Amino acid sequence: MATPNTPLWEVFIRSRNGLAHKHCGSLHAPDATMALQAARDLYTRRGEGLSIWVVPSSAITASDPADKGMMFEPAESKIYRHPTFYEVPEEVGHM
Amino acid sequence: MYTQALNSPEEGSLAEDAVRASRFQSRIDAEERIEPNDWMPSAYRKTLIRQISQHAHSEIVGMLPEGNWITRAPSLRRKAALLAKVQDECGHGLYLYAAAETLGASREELVDAMLAGKAKYSSIFNYPTLTWADIGVIGWLVDGAAIMNQIPLCRCSYGPYARAMIRVCKEESFHQRQGYEIMLTLCRGTAEQKAMAQDALNRWWWPVLMMFGPPDQASQHSDTSTKWKIKRFSNDELRQKFIDATVPQAQYLGLTIPDPEMKQDEQGHWVHGPIDWNEFKQVLAGNGPCNRDRLAARRKAHADGAWVREAAAAYAEKRARRQMAQAAE
Repeated sequence: MATPNTPLWEVFIRSRNGLAHKHCGSLHAPDATMALQAARDLYTRRGEGLSIWVVPSSAITASDPADKGMMFEPAESKIYRHPTFYEVPEEVGHM
Repeated sequence: MYTQALNSPEEGSLAEDAVRASRFQSRIDAEERIEPNDWMPSAYRKTLIRQISQHAHSEIVGMLPEGNWITRAPSLRRKAALLAKVQDECGHGLYLYAAAETLGASREELVDAMLAGKAKYSSIFNYPTLTWADIGVIGWLVDGAAIMNQIPLCRCSYGPYARAMIRVCKEESFHQRQGYEIMLTLCRGTAEQKAMAQDALNRWWWPVLMMFGPPDQASQHSDTSTKWKIKRFSNDELRQKFIDATVPQAQYLGLTIPDPEMKQDEQGHWVHGPIDWNEFKQVLAGNGPCNRDRLAARRKAHADGAWVREAAAAYAEKRARRQMAQAAE
């Protein structure tokens, strides 16, 4: 009963509100056209989006979770990159 | 996602594993989500593949009892709703298969295990849908029980499973409401229609209570699943919550719960009479009223679709070859 392995695709959808395409899940399909059709049926049954991207999962390069300390620590120690780091007197009002 | 990367089990010395296991457990205790490429004990992986794939199979097999009534729905409104619901169940099965695949199982091996009768699915789908009222009861009680089970799974420690459950729960709330609406219409109808509703409740009540699984003292998976925060409430706790929520709904319909021993205790909980666990065991062992039918229907659907899968694969290959040739020119 073995069936041939069908490629895996990652699905990204842009919702009505104009935000960027967002990853919403994955599916199997033999080619890009069928992947798009399946993504329409599977992930937009309730008007979730106005645009779909499908990307072969094998084309994605991901960061290694084991490296996450090294990868993201440099950003963690730089609190001066956030607006709350800076003091503005109350009299000046909202800035 | 990440599916292919996980097929080789990690080998490590036992001492190293003990360190990793304790680090893993402290992440769970801190309510962190475990993601596909994170280290996890092989038993955690195995438990999740079993649970998520069984859950997926249940969604897929669950289309059959309701699909039985699509062509005979009493109105276009009911037909459109039922069709949408069955389509949702299919979608839920696919979200769940994708979540199981992130643990390193392939879709084909999961589906083949179900078709070969080696993988389990929810006992409830091995009961027949004899009348239209059964469609009402399935939405109201079977989906109601499923939601009760699934809401805590939205906080499950494994990220992809939790995310799939959030989507499923969002979509499923319409299922229960459409079922209750069917029951309400029947109960407000003729005496014959109301009797049909009562008959359906009589047949489904006990199998629905069994959906929560064996009583706590007999459940074989609960302890580690609780420690790993896959399971947040015990079978009996969820069953009790479900009964307490359902009894007033049945009273509103003017229907009788078919349990002569049911009574309300001092805290207001409805206490049920003894459940026939032998029936549950028999259904799980393959001897329920529809086990053979359900598997036969899945096998036929899979076999009938084989030529479509082959044609799609052949077409994709031909297109890819042509593109390569054009690129070479």
